[in-house]
Amino acid sequence: MEFENQFEKSANRTRRHRKDKFFALSLILPGIIVLAILVLILIMLVAKGVKAFNPDFFLSVQKPFGVEGGGIVNGILGSLLIMAMASLISIPLSLIFSVTLIEKKDSRIARLLELCLSSFQGVPSIVFGVIMYSWLVVPLKSYSALSAAIAVSFIMIPTVSATIKEVLLLVPSSYKEAAISLGVPRWKAMTGVIVPSAMPGIKGAVALGLARIAGETAPLLFTAFGNPFLSLDPAKPVSAMPLIIYDYIKSPYADWHQKAWGTALLLVLMVFALTLSISARQKNAHPR
Amino acid sequence: MNDRRYDSILTGAAVAGILLFMVFLATLVLQSIPAIQANGLGFVTGKEWNPVTVKFGALPFIAGTLLTSLLALALSLPFSLAIGIVLGEYASESKISTVANTIVNLLATIPSVVYGLWGLAVVVPLVRNIELALGVPPYGVGIASASLVLAIMIIPYLSSITREVLLNVPSSVKQGALALGSTRSEMITGIALPYVRSGILAGVLLSLGRALGETMAVTMLIGNATRMPTSIFSIGNTLASIIASQFNEAESDVHRSGMIGLALILFMITFIMNYLGRRVIQRTGVHHGI
Repeated sequence: MEFENQFEKSANRTRRHRKDKFFALSLILPGIIVLAILVLILIMLVAKGVKAFNPDFFLSVQKPFGVEGGGIVNGILGSLLIMAMASLISIPLSLIFSVTLIEKKDSRIARLLELCLSSFQGVPSIVFGVIMYSWLVVPLKSYSALSAAIAVSFIMIPTVSATIKEVLLLVPSSYKEAAISLGVPRWKAMTGVIVPSAMPGIKGAVALGLARIAGETAPLLFTAFGNPFLSLDPAKPVSAMPLIIYDYIKSPYADWHQKAWGTALLLVLMVFALTLSISARQKNAHPR
Repeated sequence: MNDRRYDSILTGAAVAGILLFMVFLATLVLQSIPAIQANGLGFVTGKEWNPVTVKFGALPFIAGTLLTSLLALALSLPFSLAIGIVLGEYASESKISTVANTIVNLLATIPSVVYGLWGLAVVVPLVRNIELALGVPPYGVGIASASLVLAIMIIPYLSSITREVLLNVPSSVKQGALALGSTRSEMITGIALPYVRSGILAGVLLSLGRALGETMAVTMLIGNATRMPTSIFSIGNTLASIIASQFNEAESDVHRSGMIGLALILFMITFIMNYLGRRVIQRTGVHHGI
């Protein structure tokens, strides 16, 4: 009797263990499928994109509709211009917002600011394009690089200030206490002690923000608009890499399709480099 | 500079940020008034979108938005949960997890327009073959293609939230279950997952918020039709994709106003999703950076 009971128990246990193995396997399968899709995307991107790469692709401007050859240098420089202008706008504002959130925490105004920032974070990026169209493009009667830079700043500021806030909170409070006890005013403790000691994290936050906006297309449609000529004038329309991808793949020309893939490869390489530079930096910042 | 001025600068910055948000909202509301006035409640419930006759009914786009997003969410949920569980429970300490996690994060950084490009090359022909086999009009593009690519796009997002909430389960709870003799799978399905139910709900809401507003990939894949979608193989439009494809071509002010009205509806839907998602995730106490 007793022996039988024991036997039953161990059969039950084997069944449970088999179920356990099955569960683990059934989890790994979806992971492999997703990994395969990612690898497929990357292989296609490299295989199709590399064919477009030649000196002309990087050094000359777009050719007119239907003409073969040419490059995308106006798009590369346009993207860089928009990102540079967006950084000039976003970095100081993100810093001051994150400092406000920390210095005034628990006050009603800081809570309201945080609510506004996190609400901006969830807004679909195309809405910022629509808004900047009414705020800047209509009054100035022209699409412009500046309106595009402000549109993407709406995306960059909430993410960057949220990350900087977290980074500043990681600075040991003893730093601030030590500074205050030496008679340093609070503003000096923040700008002279806390912010400098959080600098690596702040740089990471900015890189993350730039990676986020580099590939944004929707907010550029009604602001940057695109420009087949090389222009670095903030008040004029500019081209950008994502806009070129979108325009070229809609065209009926095989040469332009190839250039769309080439531009996509370049864009993804840029975004990956920005993203991986942050993880590398984080590894250095917190050695385990 | 002294501390009093420092405080007033910070308060000023906060006020400016809050005002900016209010002006942003006011712009959306004020600019959409002409189109809403022309159509009344029909702006939300109308099925016809015709700029020439000033008929602006957003229902086909609202339907297209909800249909693609919910379909994408349903498709990605099992994959996202599985990946989240593997990364959060099975491989949380190993090197594989770090590598896999980096890969998942990289998947999240690929721009929407690149997903659209890939979808046109791979997913559209695939869907066209399925449509031919089923005997429905073989557009290739449409709700189905857009949803499939959208599903891939939200996997990294949802799986990283799942991973984070699972990592946040106290190890005493998990070890308790294991010590009582449960297998790992029993611990996960019986203890860990119920423990993080609300965190996963938050992840679902936040991913839905993201899918609803996703623009470029959907614009390239959905087929750009302004009529009501009738099946998952219909061509259609989402709120975001109709704005992307018509805004620059809008010739009358009232047409543009209609577009801004669509942006307002889109804003409200995503705002609600994100607000709920954040509320739920704050209650669970998990820090989430996205």
